[in-house]
Amino acid sequence: MSSVELHVHNPVEDLLRQDRIPTIWCPGCGIGTTVNSFAHALLGLGIDLKKTSIVSGIGCSGRVSGYMNLDSFHTTHGRAIPFATGLKLANPELNVIVYSGDGDLTSIGGNHLIHAARRNIDLMVVCVNNMIYAMTGGQAAATTPGTSMSTTTPYGAFEPELNMPQLVDAAGACFVARWTAFHVKQLERTMAKALNKKGFRFIEVLSPCPTYYQRKNNLGDALAAMVDYKKRSKIKNGCNTWETALLPGGDIIVGEFVDREREDYLTLMRRQLGSNYTEFPPQAEEEAERCCSEC
Amino acid sequence: MHADPRCVLTGTHFINGDAACCEGALAAGARFAAGYPITPSTEIVERFAARAPKVGGLFIQMEDELASSIALQGMVWAGQKSFTVTSGPGYSLMMEHIGFAAITETPCVFVDVQRGGPSTGLPTLPAQGDMMQARFGSHGDYLTIALCPNSPQECFDLTIKAFNLAEKFRVPVMFMMDECVGHMTEKVVIPAADQIEVQPRRHASKPPSEFKLFEPGPDLVPEMAHAGEGYKVYVTGLTHDKRGYPLMNPQSQRELVTRLFDKIRRAADELTIIEAEGLDDADVVVVSYGITSRVAQRAIQMARDKGLKVGKLRLICVWPFPEKVIRDLAPKVKALVVPELNMGQVVLEVERCASGQCRVISVPHPGGTVHKPAEILAAIERGAR
Amino acid sequence: MPKGSVAITAERCKGCGFCVEFCPTHVLELASAFNAKGYHPPHMINAEKCSGCNLCGMYCPDFAIFGYRFPDGKQSEKGGDA
Repeated sequence: MSSVELHVHNPVEDLLRQDRIPTIWCPGCGIGTTVNSFAHALLGLGIDLKKTSIVSGIGCSGRVSGYMNLDSFHTTHGRAIPFATGLKLANPELNVIVYSGDGDLTSIGGNHLIHAARRNIDLMVVCVNNMIYAMTGGQAAATTPGTSMSTTTPYGAFEPELNMPQLVDAAGACFVARWTAFHVKQLERTMAKALNKKGFRFIEVLSPCPTYYQRKNNLGDALAAMVDYKKRSKIKNGCNTWETALLPGGDIIVGEFVDREREDYLTLMRRQLGSNYTEFPPQAEEEAERCCSEC
Repeated sequence: MHADPRCVLTGTHFINGDAACCEGALAAGARFAAGYPITPSTEIVERFAARAPKVGGLFIQMEDELASSIALQGMVWAGQKSFTVTSGPGYSLMMEHIGFAAITETPCVFVDVQRGGPSTGLPTLPAQGDMMQARFGSHGDYLTIALCPNSPQECFDLTIKAFNLAEKFRVPVMFMMDECVGHMTEKVVIPAADQIEVQPRRHASKPPSEFKLFEPGPDLVPEMAHAGEGYKVYVTGLTHDKRGYPLMNPQSQRELVTRLFDKIRRAADELTIIEAEGLDDADVVVVSYGITSRVAQRAIQMARDKGLKVGKLRLICVWPFPEKVIRDLAPKVKALVVPELNMGQVVLEVERCASGQCRVISVPHPGGTVHKPAEILAAIERGAR
Repeated sequence: MPKGSVAITAERCKGCGFCVEFCPTHVLELASAFNAKGYHPPHMINAEKCSGCNLCGMYCPDFAIFGYRFPDGKQSEKGGDA
């Protein structure tokens, strides 16, 4: 190793819990790639990392929270969003990011996703979509496209797949985007934009699962998936979200689909409550007691 | 530390148990709550929704009880005191997050205003059928604390106690009301704030560089740091080490689960919260809790009027079960009579601790109303023979 | 004269090949040698073409490689920001 390399430093490392690396992710899993974009977006904006919390549910993507050198909350399956909601409401100073997988956020946690978008809670939600339940061994998910094979659809899936951008758009999210793990720079820019916005922001990121999704469907390795993303992706910013369904072999519509202004939950709450809401500084009990006893 | 006077409705009130529970939570320092409507518990958060914003707080009505029971834990890790309120079917949905609170040692209060079950069962009619669920409902091994009030006054007093115990031991505390206690209206005296002791959060005393989030103190309870304070906390429902990092092996599991048990077991004396009367020369002792203790009181009086020597043992803290009290009592009496508004739950614990040294007579009741005093009296008479 | 270089932590590499495939100037190739985990980490075969753009670092899911630019086109860096 040359002396040059000894003196350089990957800024992403500052955002990782070094004592937790290497990750548990399989070779070629794209989750780590999305983390690079996320880390660069955070660093580029100079956000106060002390005031930044990351919340995950369960699954491969649910492990992201624990690798980030932030306040990390690895909650229960599907419940990252309601936990994050509580965290944000009880301390509005926090930047709260939910980072989790497709099964976690849209299936077991689907109801919470809908209602957080409806309430326009000030959260940024990153959903890494590998189109399958990976940590449990390759079972079909709500996002498994078309007639894909999985361990629970041994003759091919036959349930229609969920289109996440359409769902969260309909529910009221103020920002909706999709990229793939191939689009590292675009993803970084979109994340930075979303981090700067207030309200419920949702970013879906397609990511290879070579161990299950690719293997079960003879789609080659992770690299093949990334090359496939590159080939099939069509950037359509502002696209109607009902045109963004993901079908096997079809176009992957990517871009920033929704960017609208809507007042977030706490703004609406303050306005509606008006004089019924009282700012409440913490009680300065010790000082008060000392003052009284000395007087 | 004393209660914040801005949150305490000092005075004499004529309110129901649900309202008193709400006032207790506010006095204890809770300014945030998450919940989902379910009878007969909803009045607690209806009142809280009106009261909390006046003191900078908030009630959020979540989309279901799963969401409520985890949102409240987000509020706690943001530095607040928080609770949720539910009844049977909702309580079942919350089980997952009672386990999460147990393993992450999140201090919080789950209020269950019990109604008849199973399933949708008997909305708005009383039962005490969730007592074993309060102890064993979430999967895996953990210990919690469960308090049982028998009056609106106790709904106030013991709600404060519930929050204080949650903070002291860093456990989810189950506040096991029932429909009768919740909807009963009586006089409730709320003292001045400086007469109310409040246990503050056991916050990290070391700087972030020296602090480990799950390093137990002398009483086996770790100190807590919150999001946004620079501690870079790592909170996971996985079995974890002292830093909070996942560490999934038999040794780590043994260390963590044993400590979660021991921090409660060690405090058995402090957590023996009972009301006892006439135990010394009793032939029969009626062991009861919650609303049933008030029916039992009448039965005990009827038995005494007949010349029987009957004692009263009311369990205010049901979990951890006051094992020593029953072990000491069993050899001295002929029988322990256990009426409860279920088909026989806490009686199993009484039998276990009595170890065959006296008769244990269950007086089951499937709920929907309370016992008739005569039913309990008959069991007392049977025990005295 | 190259404008930058890459730093590789070979032991973290899981051999996915993203860095090799997506390097815009084709600087990298997977080595024939194995790391301790049995994967082939990348090494530079066209070091002079490296622009230090860090696209390899952006793609690497295992934080095992990153690119950096030489200050003002100089080939060595004294202080760095480590």
